Amino acid sequence: MTAVQAVAIIAVAITGGAVALFEDPLRETFLLGIYGMTLAALFFSLQAPDVALSEIVVSAIGLPLIVLAALRKVREQAREREHGRRNDERGSG
Amino acid sequence: MSRRARLTLFAVAGPGFTAVLVIGLAGLPAFGHFHGVYGLVVTGTELAERHATDLVTALNFDLRAFDTLGEEFILFASVTGVVLLLRQLRGEDRRPRGGDVGEHRFAGASEALRVISVALLALLVALGGYVIVHGALTPGGGFQGGVVLAAGPVGALLAGRYLAVKMVTPEPVLEALDAIGAAGYALFGLGGLVFASVYLKNFLPLGIPGHLLSAGFMPLNSIAVGLEVTGGFLLIWTEFLDQALVIRSDGGKRGASA
Repeated sequence: MTAVQAVAIIAVAITGGAVALFEDPLRETFLLGIYGMTLAALFFSLQAPDVALSEIVVSAIGLPLIVLAALRKVREQAREREHGRRNDERGSG
Repeated sequence: MSRRARLTLFAVAGPGFTAVLVIGLAGLPAFGHFHGVYGLVVTGTELAERHATDLVTALNFDLRAFDTLGEEFILFASVTGVVLLLRQLRGEDRRPRGGDVGEHRFAGASEALRVISVALLALLVALGGYVIVHGALTPGGGFQGGVVLAAGPVGALLAGRYLAVKMVTPEPVLEALDAIGAAGYALFGLGGLVFASVYLKNFLPLGIPGHLLSAGFMPLNSIAVGLEVTGGFLLIWTEFLDQALVIRSDGGKRGASA
């Protein structure tokens, strides 16, 4: 194992753990992108540039966009529900 | 199951699992010393007989070409599923936030960010096209290049112009790209059946290894996959972003009256 590979494995362990430990989905999404980058560096150091490229495009572009859009929709719905409840209370009161 | 029963189960299963894991890991070859012959065979045959220099692409489009056909249609089916699930439903309105139809502004999207995202758009499209057509030569191929290509128009989203993204890549065009890519790959395979009497077998001249037009029909396969992935990813993103930015519930008004 070369020093580059060792560093890459440690970086994967740290960023992967960070993704699991953070509880806010928004932060997790950004961390997931960084985690994907370290994973890509690991694949690259193990002489698998094809897999590294796939990892980069999926974890840095493909997945975050979908998760961010879903998060926004969920928050908006929560806000609308809150808004609706307040209107109902005002209507009955 | 009570806590006691669960702990008892773990007391038996935990050490057993650990023992099996330790035995299994101890029997692995040392780090970086994989002794598979498959890699050697691929290295020998794909360069000599197919003139491809990126062996991963050669593996996908030649040795495991039929698997790739299956993967193509997995992607196609999932994209179709997403589109079916997320299309505009009864009880939902298409109303861009802020009322301005031409633009969706992010709070804090600076002029610098907009300039960078426009520059990024051109670079991403160029890089995506490069990765796709050089699939058989350098790392990358239809899938990776396709996602990069799809990321280009989405760069305009960063500039706060989501509706401009939709103007550049209207949904019918994306659907056509997705379908043409998937069908194209299957049809190139049919070409193999007609001209080389085996489905998905190469039927084009092999060219000189390392040249852009080499490795038989792999560049064509790569372009077909690239088109499908570009269309598919943009379609998925458009559906999700539509849900997040444009489509909103009309508060059950229409749903209640229907």
